[in-house]
Amino acid sequence: MPGQYPIGAARTGTLPDADALPLSAAARSSASPRRLPGDRDVWIFIYAELCAFGLFFVAYMVYRSDRVDLFNASQLGLDRSLGALNTILLLTSSWAVAAAPRAARLGRIVAVPRYLAFGIALGLAFMVVKYFEYRAKLHAGITISTDMFYMFYFCLTGIHLMHVIAGTIILIVIWLNARARLYHTGNTTGLEAGASYWHMVDLLWIFLFALLYLLR
Amino acid sequence: MTRSVLMPLQRTWLLVVGATAVALWMREDRLAGFTIGAMTLAIAYAKARLVILDFMELRHAPLLWRCLLEGWLLLVSSLIVTIYASSGAAHHSL
Repeated sequence: MPGQYPIGAARTGTLPDADALPLSAAARSSASPRRLPGDRDVWIFIYAELCAFGLFFVAYMVYRSDRVDLFNASQLGLDRSLGALNTILLLTSSWAVAAAPRAARLGRIVAVPRYLAFGIALGLAFMVVKYFEYRAKLHAGITISTDMFYMFYFCLTGIHLMHVIAGTIILIVIWLNARARLYHTGNTTGLEAGASYWHMVDLLWIFLFALLYLLR
Repeated sequence: MTRSVLMPLQRTWLLVVGATAVALWMREDRLAGFTIGAMTLAIAYAKARLVILDFMELRHAPLLWRCLLEGWLLLVSSLIVTIYASSGAAHHSL
């Protein structure tokens, strides 16, 4: 609102402090009202993604129910150790990325880029593991057209991998912002929005691992 | 204060990683049958719920958003387990 504060107040630096204090108090208080982390529009986007993947999961189960023996036999060709390793990598990455906005809200702004860098490193490690997994399959002559199970395997993990790549790029952007000290007690919206997307990537992998690698 | 805010996160991480290990162990032990499959899906549900509530921080979000996300999880998990249960005796006999 123009005119609410004297211009001189902003110039002397009292305005940002006066603005930040109520937000800081709200963020720290355990009695603060319920709040949606990040940005509502990003959550709508995340929800649309979840619904799309929900349909993929159901489609996989429907096709599997027609050919249970084929799906079980083909599943034996997957490397469960690599699938489990990628699960641990994404869960741990998600933990680090979840710690970043909490640190920002506490005013520990130096820790924010460190948490994000750790999360990014684990996201990159996920891609490396996936590369070796795909390469081993292709060397063994297994492709998307091998059978219905592998059609789902390559499509679902491939679409998910694109989300891992997009999520990692988002994390790199918010890491750069965090290094520039853009996130602090009074401003965590962008940080939380990027983190929410990354948790979605983790959430989807939990189901992909269970359905593709484990379920008999 | 930092410790008190971050500790629940560590606990959630331990739970989801531990649950992954249990699910993997059940599979490695060459156990089969509907019960093991249903437990595998239940573990996936529990892990996903922890990610939604603790990592996504929806535990204290407006109820609409918490219900939307938990509703998605419940619906998708229910459909998966229903289709799994009705997918015939083929895998039960394995």
